[in-house]
Amino acid sequence: MALRQCAIYGKGGIGKSTTTQNLVAGLAELGKKVMIVGCDPKADSTRLILHAKAQNSIMQMAADAGSVEDLELEDVLKVGYRDIKCVESGGPEPGVGCAGRGVITAINFLEEEGAYDEDLDFVFYDVLGDVVCGGFAMPIRENKAQEIYIVCSGEMMAMYAANNIAKGIVKYANSGGVRLAGLICNSRQTAREDELIMELANKLGTHMIHFVPRDNVVQRAEIRRMTVIEYEPQAKQAQEYRDLANKIIHNKNLVIPTPITMDELEELLMEFGVMEEVDESIVGKTAAAEATA
Amino acid sequence: MAAMTREETEALIQEVLEVYPEKAKNDRAKHLAVNDQSLEKANKCITSNRKSLPGVMTIRGCAYAGSKGVVWGPIKDMIHISHGPVGCGQYSRAGRRNYYVGTTGVNTFGTMNFTSDFQEKDIVFGGDKKLAKLIDEIEVLFPLNKGISIQSECPIGLIGDDIEAVAKVKKKEHGKTIVPVRCEGFRGVSQSLGHHIANDAIRDWVLENRDGDESFPTTPYDVAVIGDYNIGGDAWSSRTLLEEMGLRVVAQWSGDGTIAEIEKTPKVKLNLIHCYRSMNYIARHMEEKYSIPWIEYNFFGPTKIAESLRRIASHFDETIQAGAERVIERYKIEYEAVIAKYKPRLQGKRVMLYVGGLRPRHVIGAYEDLGMEVVGTGYEFAHNDDYDRTIKEMGNATLLYDDVTGYEFEEFVKKVQPDLVGSGIKEKYIFQKMGVPFRQMHSWDYSGPYHGYDGFAIFARDMDMTINNPCWKNFKAPWKTEAASDAVKAVA
Repeated sequence: MALRQCAIYGKGGIGKSTTTQNLVAGLAELGKKVMIVGCDPKADSTRLILHAKAQNSIMQMAADAGSVEDLELEDVLKVGYRDIKCVESGGPEPGVGCAGRGVITAINFLEEEGAYDEDLDFVFYDVLGDVVCGGFAMPIRENKAQEIYIVCSGEMMAMYAANNIAKGIVKYANSGGVRLAGLICNSRQTAREDELIMELANKLGTHMIHFVPRDNVVQRAEIRRMTVIEYEPQAKQAQEYRDLANKIIHNKNLVIPTPITMDELEELLMEFGVMEEVDESIVGKTAAAEATA
Repeated sequence: MAAMTREETEALIQEVLEVYPEKAKNDRAKHLAVNDQSLEKANKCITSNRKSLPGVMTIRGCAYAGSKGVVWGPIKDMIHISHGPVGCGQYSRAGRRNYYVGTTGVNTFGTMNFTSDFQEKDIVFGGDKKLAKLIDEIEVLFPLNKGISIQSECPIGLIGDDIEAVAKVKKKEHGKTIVPVRCEGFRGVSQSLGHHIANDAIRDWVLENRDGDESFPTTPYDVAVIGDYNIGGDAWSSRTLLEEMGLRVVAQWSGDGTIAEIEKTPKVKLNLIHCYRSMNYIARHMEEKYSIPWIEYNFFGPTKIAESLRRIASHFDETIQAGAERVIERYKIEYEAVIAKYKPRLQGKRVMLYVGGLRPRHVIGAYEDLGMEVVGTGYEFAHNDDYDRTIKEMGNATLLYDDVTGYEFEEFVKKVQPDLVGSGIKEKYIFQKMGVPFRQMHSWDYSGPYHGYDGFAIFARDMDMTINNPCWKNFKAPWKTEAASDAVKAVA
């Protein structure tokens, strides 16, 4: 099987890293050889696989060694649960430097050092919140990830972010051949959440590949720095991640997304009662002004 | 070749524009003009200080060049850090020939390159820690420095390095002036914005250092020379004239200048501006804040020098006015001898110029003193007020070209066939290979000074040895001479 490169995007805090690691554990259980590339300065994309706090990142080690040319692949590549390979690009603490450049440097390093070897079945890029600059679009440029999965929930801002990410994919779809492969709904238990995300997926021209219900076992496993699949293989939630892994293996639904306008998105949210109709007469009015009116 | 008429010059511009696509043609047309002395305002005929077109060979520099290279670099007892990757600092090191007196590496640092030498990790993790360390190391290795400026290269603005915070902390720690300058190269359309940013940084971080301190003994004759970068010693040959007429030059901005001089400038009676383009901002600020008047002057060639000396003297009492006359009289024998020697050799020679922000108009008088004529001129980074001042200096129907492209400049020279082109190093070899005598008018072609009466003698000699150099007669390959081709025909 040829190597498939997938990137996971989604609003910050939506559960990208947790979902990625659990589904990758599911893939590994099915005998797939997988590598995770964390593309977030926080470097927390591999801790559940490695049972570690935070893996030493490529950029941190490069800074310590002098330059990225001084590093060897074995310095940065760690192997965890079921031989899943893990790397973290790393980057600066908030407010300084350029995290985007860190992602670019790290991915270039992995390519030059031959991290993408032929035995691999999957590479998963776990990318921070939003495609804020060119660096965070690095994983979806030419010859990198071809499949994008967006993690979202029935909350307004998560859907707003999903639509924005779809816009970014359109840009790179024409130049690099990247495709939207589906929405993963990581449930926040909002009303009619599955229907809402299915409808959003429909509008974006894709599908909701899986609905991951909310389950406290995820947090219990996380406290132990483990995936659910490793911590409690019999749990119902473990089966959900296995289902997601299976669906991804067989996923053929790759599309250039059709992002919607802000108005269309608001309409959708109103239809499902997530948002109330905007009363134009109150826009820009302070509380004081309303009281005197 | 006889002088071109207005119609001929206009036709030439149209012909040169012809190769451009429609949009480029419309844009470039606004930057090319036929001079009309009757105009009061240049904006009637020419557009300037606009973004260069992509795809053309512009001759311009960047904001970093304007700040580090022009304004800050010559302040000799400060250390100017090129903050970012090594190239900007290294390739601009000592290139402008700002002469200075001092022991380099001990109490002066003009020709040295200090850089934070950015690597990949500095981009990703930020360069502020490295900058702080670099400043500490400077203090250990070069303790006689009188201050530090931090000149931002492009990546600093991209990654948002907080150089102001580092400057404030280190200023407190070391008790020295440390100035952060936001002159990232991508800002603005040319080096011109870099001058402005540099002026503003001096205003905000240096100029008020001695406000309220009256310990500096002043005289009624204190002046500052602003916008003379002492290229090849220009400021020195200017300063002597001012001193001989009885003035006291308190500060030189910034050629052979010191931070102490800059700090004392708010105490002077009159600011004298040579390069208006790069330092009018600070002169206007001092006028507003300290009520110091300022005037422009021109020390190229005896006619303009005499005019300028008298104009400067008019701001002072009779002793200074008498001093100006005395100076003009004293040098008369010298400059008349220069003219007598070189004018017959240069009379009627035609010049095309393309320089930065001042010389395209300021050197015209010096050429005219030698009987020469400037038939085309243009600026890399002038604004409208520079062209306002140029219209009156140039003859009617002469060519004006703003931010000229490599192609346009070559075509103009081919058609106008001047006897001399004066421009920069990038242009030099192109025109020399075309067989056109050429002088570098940024660096004085490693000669100078050209300012003042002393400078005029060198200027005249340099123009003569360039134009009348015997090499131009041997420029044609022997087999391409008429005699040779006749011989070939005879054989055939």
